[in-house]
Amino acid sequence: MIDGTPSAVLDRRRFGHPMVWLILVVLAIFAGLPAVTGDVALRETLFLGAVAIILASSLNLMIGYTGYVNFGNIVFFGLGGYFGVWLATAQGWPILGAMVAAAIIVGAISLVFGYGILRLRGAYFALATIGINEAVRAFVSNLDVWGGSTGMYLSTTVYQSLGGPRQALWVVYYAVIVLMGAALLLSWLIRRSKFGLGLFAIREDEDAAAVLGVYPALYKSIIYSVSGLIPAMTGALFFFKNGVIQPDQAFDLTWSTEVIVMLMLGGQGSVVGAALGAFLYDQLRSTLLTSSLFSQFHLVIAGVLLLLIILFVPGGLMGWITDRWPKTRGTLE
Amino acid sequence: MVGVLASMIDGLLLGAVYGLAAVGLTLIWGVMNIINLTHGAVIALGMFGVYLLAPLLGGSAYATLPVLAVGGFIFGLVIYAASVRRVVDQSYLMSLLATFAVNMVIIGVGTAVWSTDIYNVPFSLPGLTWQGFTFTGAHMLAALVAVLVAVALYGFMRHTRLGKAIRAVASNRQAAELMGIPSGRILALSFALGVALAIVAGGLIATLFPFTVLSGGSYQLKSFVVTVLGGLGNPAGALAGGLLLGFLEGGVTPFIAVSWTPVIEFVLFVLVLIAFPRGLFPKGAAR
Repeated sequence: MIDGTPSAVLDRRRFGHPMVWLILVVLAIFAGLPAVTGDVALRETLFLGAVAIILASSLNLMIGYTGYVNFGNIVFFGLGGYFGVWLATAQGWPILGAMVAAAIIVGAISLVFGYGILRLRGAYFALATIGINEAVRAFVSNLDVWGGSTGMYLSTTVYQSLGGPRQALWVVYYAVIVLMGAALLLSWLIRRSKFGLGLFAIREDEDAAAVLGVYPALYKSIIYSVSGLIPAMTGALFFFKNGVIQPDQAFDLTWSTEVIVMLMLGGQGSVVGAALGAFLYDQLRSTLLTSSLFSQFHLVIAGVLLLLIILFVPGGLMGWITDRWPKTRGTLE
Repeated sequence: MVGVLASMIDGLLLGAVYGLAAVGLTLIWGVMNIINLTHGAVIALGMFGVYLLAPLLGGSAYATLPVLAVGGFIFGLVIYAASVRRVVDQSYLMSLLATFAVNMVIIGVGTAVWSTDIYNVPFSLPGLTWQGFTFTGAHMLAALVAVLVAVALYGFMRHTRLGKAIRAVASNRQAAELMGIPSGRILALSFALGVALAIVAGGLIATLFPFTVLSGGSYQLKSFVVTVLGGLGNPAGALAGGLLLGFLEGGVTPFIAVSWTPVIEFVLFVLVLIAFPRGLFPKGAAR
């Protein structure tokens, strides 16, 4: 954010900011590796990693930038999934159209939620986000149009328009990679913008920020909705690919909280940190889940890891790196 | 009409137990400003504590409660030392996450040991039949125990030096420290007390319903609802909030499908949180 010397400014004008290149390289790796090798298992691993990165980057806008702890950000992912799947199956929409429509609907819903709960602060806000997620989950479990507690199943015919199930998996994968790029770029742009500075001011001291000309209510409302948009689209794609959507899976509070673990691991407030933490945690989680020795204990290990981070490295990986090599501060944002 | 009344009374009995569970949560909040996310996992431990200990203590679930309380107190001290002590003075994100980390560990170990199968504490007590409706003995006894424990806590907080010290630390920690109260030890004591209450509440719930390792989660959410109804940090309010929640649950049960109850509960929770962040009973005697 702070360019050290005039020559650095000059270099960045000529070559672009290193963050742009970093994001492009990450996208190229995610898009290229499975396509070149044709390795479906690798694609699935990267798919889950990309979903984790999207969720963590979006949550980072609330927790890392604005200082509002949202335990139930998964509600946007789940609602997006439900609207997307419902439009794609019951209404026969093409999935990408359903995805965009889901994002618009969820965006409108998030404005209503935000209007209610954003006047709360601190732990009260955190509790309210849990309440919203659970209320929506309980409501959807009773909604017969969406299959109630058993959820909705997709028939394989919905994949025909994308050239059959196998082809559809690739299409969905690339769409998610595009969303991941959008999430990373968006976090970085917000971080550099005046709007982002306003969010940081709210994080440090909301009342002081208001005195200095930031409109906390407006800023918080915008960022709360924005932090739900890309997860909503990702949810539509995720559950379309999944073939089934159920309330307990779509509004999973444990998963939602694991995203916070990812943020803490990488370092909240940092674009690279959120992505790195998400990817590493997701890798760790799938390694633990598939190993015969640790599959029973993946929660235990994740819990101990989280506790150790909080007690000893509260800045996460990026905090540790920027403490160690202060020069990286301006480059890796 | 009689059915609705009976359902409401049964709801009040259950509500006393919800209230007791929430007292543990709200005590910790009131004294140290920490939302204890290990609450649900500890409630689940209480359930399994009854399941494991009852056969050893002659089959009575109630005989296990004192043992559970002591065990819960010690366990609370361990949690405090391992995770909470270092984050008490930090931002609430840190304390939320520190307790959530312990929650993950407990749930993880519990799932590994007991899987997520449904367990049951088999025993029966004579019930009371009125106008064709039976109030089971277990419900009545659980409510009685819950109220007794809550009253005992109230007495402790009001009439002992230690209780007075806890209230002093809750209202102003620095001033309490200046008056010679070792606030660090008081925080540890309050946390352990909160955990012990939660574990006893879990034990009582185990006598009422079948349970799994994950059952604690839904009672944790109920405790949040109750705490918010009663005002965060207000133990007497929590008991009142519990009774209110149980009463509401009992009151709506005859009219709608059971699956709609959580919808009403959580919508109410969010609305009360927005409209009355200090709870419906803001000033409590036990503060």
